[in-house]
Amino acid sequence: MARSTTEHDPGLFRGSSAGLRFALIAVLCVTLMVLDQENKHLVEIRKGLSFIVQPIVYVVSAPSSASDWLFDTLSSREALQEENARLQEQQLIMSGLLQTYSALKAENNRLRALLDSTEKLSDKVLIAEIVAIDMTPFRQSVLINKGSFDGVQVGEALIDAQGVVGQVTRDRQVSAEALLITDADHAIPIELLRNRLRSIAVGTGEIDNLSLPFLPRNADIIEGDLLISSGLGDTFPAGYPVAIVSSVRSNPGQAFLEINAKPIALLNRIREVLVVKTQKPLAGLTPAADTAKPPTTTAEADE
Amino acid sequence: MARSVKLWPAIASLLVALMLEVLPLPEMLNSWRPPFLTLVLIYWCMMWPSKIGIITAFFSGLALDILCGSLLGENALALSLVAFLTSRFYLQIRIFPLLQLSASVFALLTISSFVSFWIDGIAGLPSTGYSRAFPVITGTLLWPFVMGLMDRLRYIAENRKSSLF
Repeated sequence: MARSTTEHDPGLFRGSSAGLRFALIAVLCVTLMVLDQENKHLVEIRKGLSFIVQPIVYVVSAPSSASDWLFDTLSSREALQEENARLQEQQLIMSGLLQTYSALKAENNRLRALLDSTEKLSDKVLIAEIVAIDMTPFRQSVLINKGSFDGVQVGEALIDAQGVVGQVTRDRQVSAEALLITDADHAIPIELLRNRLRSIAVGTGEIDNLSLPFLPRNADIIEGDLLISSGLGDTFPAGYPVAIVSSVRSNPGQAFLEINAKPIALLNRIREVLVVKTQKPLAGLTPAADTAKPPTTTAEADE
Repeated sequence: MARSVKLWPAIASLLVALMLEVLPLPEMLNSWRPPFLTLVLIYWCMMWPSKIGIITAFFSGLALDILCGSLLGENALALSLVAFLTSRFYLQIRIFPLLQLSASVFALLTISSFVSFWIDGIAGLPSTGYSRAFPVITGTLLWPFVMGLMDRLRYIAENRKSSLF
């Protein structure tokens, strides 16, 4: 094959064979796409191939990791002391809050026991960092630096210090792809904190905008309402803040309200996220879990 | 036997292009990112049609698909098509003056962008309107620079007597 391309080119007489080769490859590509579309047939192949391209991920994200490291190493003693003092203060406040929280949680579980409801389980979390590479430009997705080797599984929710970020869509070995809640293909079951009105928040493709397309015109929702995850659908754990309603428009010609909400998590600025590993109660033991399944708009207290 | 030209410049430049495709850019610039991989591939398909062709295009497209999480085979198909067209017409394209060459590159980039547009449409991704055209524009504008750089690389590779690489 190693021929110089100076005078006569063998490619001139290769037309038909190149056409054939292209046809075969096109068929192969289409087959791959059809199989991959359902996101289950090629999972293992994707995993294997992603292991091969992992060095590229490391190289591309190296400058950002290196600058983080440099920043950590070269920051002055005063800055570190200041940060340390601030963190200790924060820690004190947090643990203070947590004391009342554990009492409340115990009380809540007692009350739930009285109501014959299942005990609420706490969530386990895993800290992950967002890898500094850009995924496809037409999707809102990110790569995190924990993968199936660390126990990350498809469908687990991602949160940051403020609110819900997204969910894991594909796990690789040492990294995982996650879809943000603002992706146009993403929807998250939510409820209003104020009156437990349930709905679904759908991504718009814009990084700072969610829309709530399924609320009728007489729904009780106003600007500034806090939306929290409702836990329906079993992907997102219940009770995490998702977004704040930014505008409610009632269009007389349409049956539904036009509602936009702004995600609380700083989706384009986060570096660290928590992967929430929801502990699911055993299937046979939960009478409440079945009734919680169908999403109804009436507020019923089953959580 | 004529001296054998090594493949390293093509492989190295394809790898670099692959990295540039996922290099983090500010939100504003992200939709304007030039299709580096397509440009580099067009160059090598044009200059070394007997070595770099559809197969290389397929594998680099597959790597890009894996890397940026798109549908497996999407970029592979678009790049294979570009490679096929380039290697079909390389004798004409290669002797074009720069302006006409850029016009051909513009056409190839448009075709590849349409392929991924259609695939995204079939796969159910929302249409993104005019922003699909941005990479085609930046790619065409970048072509003369890519070509200059690659020419230099190719010159080194083809004229190096010692087989260090």
